[in-house]
Amino acid sequence: MAFDATDIVLSIVKIAIVLSFVLSVTPVMAWVERRGAGMIQDRPGPNRVGPFGLLQPFADALKFLTKEDIIPAQANKLLYTLAPAFGLLPALTTIAVVPWGRPFVIPQMTIGGHVLFTGGRLFEPIIADVNAGILVVFALASLSVYGVTTAGWSSANKYSMFGAIRSSAQMISYELSLAMAALGVLLVTGSLRLSDVVWTQAGSFVLFDTIRVPAWNCFSPGMWLSMVVFIAAAFAETNRLPFDFAEAEAELVAGYHTEYSSMKFALFFMSEYMSMATMSAVIVTLFFGGWGIPWYHVPPTFLGFLLSAIAFLIKICIMLFVFVWVRWTIPRLKYDILMRLGWKVFLPLAIVNLVIVAGFIAKGWI
Amino acid sequence: MTHTFVPILLMLLFAVVVAGTILGLNSVIGRHQRNPSKLAPYESGVPLLDQNRKRMNVRFYQIAMLFILFDIEAAFLYPWAVIYRGASHGPSGLFLFTEMLLFIALLGVGYVYVWKKKAFDWK
Repeated sequence: MAFDATDIVLSIVKIAIVLSFVLSVTPVMAWVERRGAGMIQDRPGPNRVGPFGLLQPFADALKFLTKEDIIPAQANKLLYTLAPAFGLLPALTTIAVVPWGRPFVIPQMTIGGHVLFTGGRLFEPIIADVNAGILVVFALASLSVYGVTTAGWSSANKYSMFGAIRSSAQMISYELSLAMAALGVLLVTGSLRLSDVVWTQAGSFVLFDTIRVPAWNCFSPGMWLSMVVFIAAAFAETNRLPFDFAEAEAELVAGYHTEYSSMKFALFFMSEYMSMATMSAVIVTLFFGGWGIPWYHVPPTFLGFLLSAIAFLIKICIMLFVFVWVRWTIPRLKYDILMRLGWKVFLPLAIVNLVIVAGFIAKGWI
Repeated sequence: MTHTFVPILLMLLFAVVVAGTILGLNSVIGRHQRNPSKLAPYESGVPLLDQNRKRMNVRFYQIAMLFILFDIEAAFLYPWAVIYRGASHGPSGLFLFTEMLLFIALLGVGYVYVWKKKAFDWK
């Protein structure tokens, strides 16, 4: 099978759909985060711009655009300018390997007797259905360290430098736990392809001869350990509280982006929310059945695709709300505790989990 | 097989366009009023007290080295994880399982050594 013109058109359509969602994550999440913080801390949050403060993100974006773009005199100008882009690129690209709906057969489309599109082709709602899916996710996620490090180093500011070096040490430490925890799921699936991961979670199993439970990994006892480690490591990987040592405003002013202003700062802000959304999508895919709908066999039609895509979106939104909820509930850890936790607790747990899951499979329990 | 990776490249291209547009737009629309104190390194309002590139604790480099070691171990486990399920009930199932245990035991020896050397303690 070659990559022909139709494939390119379909890819661009898919990229346009995904990008429109991913780019709208930032304004929506900025609002949800601030309103959520208000709700949790018993105060209103932004409520002046538009109904319920809904237009606040747009006002913020406009302000970011019109603000002065300051490049400190001692900074490395090229790297200082490129660093926000380094942060944004992996955050935007990782979602390409995550499936976001039930594949369906495209019906023939005609306009006024003209055949616009010959039907019979399978539309796979995933930008790149690669056989190394999860590896691509990890490869691109690790690239986000470069954005942080470049920003911190090129700013020529000691707070930026400390923030960058701290958070890069943190990100690479937790990446290990992330990779090791994902192995549990891959053992069960027997494939690195994320669409295979979703397909193995389709259907349901019967518990105590009465309750039908969706066959999602989160309901399988062998997966619980890897789920807990993976989600905790995902928080650390996306620099979210309780692991947000990239900023740690009480100690480091604003961490690696202390010197950044205007839209360059906004780009860091955007890439943080985008990588959160991507991580949520990966968590949902690995543990919560991807686009699967509980107790419902999704048909391979356009309607089935639409329903499954909405189900996937709802699951991501729930996961994103958990990110916000945790941020405003759990205080930041101390740095030595964070590193100890990563290396002495999560890493051994992930490895033990690997042995347990392998044993379960050998016994035929999973 | 490589053609399935082409869309990732396309996505990256789109991402570059998005990032470039945002950065370009800002430098066009944003204000331009520079003065020396605005361009000085941020130091919470006081002039720079000492040099702005300070020396780093060697522990950070230690962590980076350990990361590379353990990440390579993880990379070796991936191919094993992919074939394990299919082969687990075949004749080579037990072999694959013990092989993994052996690999993790070897990894564990290094891990315990590093732990005893207090590489994970930040005091």
